[in-house]
Amino acid sequence: MKNIKVLGSGCANCKTTYKLIEEIAAEKGVDVELEKIEDIGQIMSFGVMSTPGVVIDDKVVHAGGVPDRKTIGAWLD
Amino acid sequence: MFESLGNLIAYQWLGLSPASHLGAAAQFFVMDVTKIFVLLVVVIYIMGLLRALLSPEKVREFVRGKPKWLARTLAILLGAVTPFCSCSSVPLFIGFVEAGIPLGVTFSFLIASPMINEVAAVILVGLLGWKLATLYILSGLAVAYVGGMIMERFRPERWVEEYVWKIHMGEMQRAEPDTSLAGRHHYAWHEVREIVGRIWKWVIIGIAVGALFHGFVPETWVSEHLGGKDNWWSVPAAVLLGVPLYSNATGVIPIAEAMLGKGVALGTVLALMMSIAALSLPEMLILRKVIKWPALALYASVLAVAFTLVGWGFNLIS
Repeated sequence: MKNIKVLGSGCANCKTTYKLIEEIAAEKGVDVELEKIEDIGQIMSFGVMSTPGVVIDDKVVHAGGVPDRKTIGAWLD
Repeated sequence: MFESLGNLIAYQWLGLSPASHLGAAAQFFVMDVTKIFVLLVVVIYIMGLLRALLSPEKVREFVRGKPKWLARTLAILLGAVTPFCSCSSVPLFIGFVEAGIPLGVTFSFLIASPMINEVAAVILVGLLGWKLATLYILSGLAVAYVGGMIMERFRPERWVEEYVWKIHMGEMQRAEPDTSLAGRHHYAWHEVREIVGRIWKWVIIGIAVGALFHGFVPETWVSEHLGGKDNWWSVPAAVLLGVPLYSNATGVIPIAEAMLGKGVALGTVLALMMSIAALSLPEMLILRKVIKWPALALYASVLAVAFTLVGWGFNLIS
């Protein structure tokens, strides 16, 4: 099972990103472990400065802005 | 082309008279909306294709460990080409501090970034011409350079929140970007949607304000009340007016276009543009998470004084 972390200190884009991933994972019927990381210290520990960021299995796959559906889909395959 | 489109829609389809207030405003609105959005999409798409849009993470890598003058020069130049969202200013600030980049240099970046960006630069040229675009950009860069230097004199380190010093930033384990043509197109198109999606409101509001000013404010009113360049208080008034107002740098341009068209003095317009783009209450309050009130007050004062001096300077020589 993939572990996905959404990094962002509560901005609107971060919430959208979290919901999108949740939604697309449900559509695809993929089981994921989804987490929200809101602590700035923890966010920075991934080397990310532009939020929202997305981390899959400890690899940063995205930073800054809401990722689009197609990209999210590719992460989950 | 955009002008005739404006004429067509405002005067022929809507049947407004070019001499009426509403007609003039509608023509301005249509013309600027089409022109600015076409430019926005084209510029961001091309930058995206070339993968020339910088991220704050890369800027940090470029600037860290450089001698101070070079660090500052790089910070303002890179700040000017980084599409930067104010929502990222907190992690950005911490990231710069953690990399050992001097605070004054970080402030230079924070000043330059909202005021100047490559997208706004192209639209400035398109709407106001080369000369004014260059003036705006050069004075913006100068303010960012000097502003950061002045901030440094006050030893702002003492006003940084304690926890900021304790954060350790990790190495980013980034997945490889897709550099095939399809991948580039996908990335560029996503950037267009992301950036336009973020700033379109400011741009539309800016154009609407510009259109109202263009259509409804008579030139005689401008010369009587906003005064020509001899009116010393018009520049600080413009700077103050910009504090509660916020817009993206792109959104300010149509307002400037309309004001210049009605004969508002150049320095006054430049001061207003800079103040609206870079000096805004909501933006500053975000920074309160990493720096204490005295530093914020100092930041605001340094910028206000700098913009006023820029405005007076241009009113003197123009």
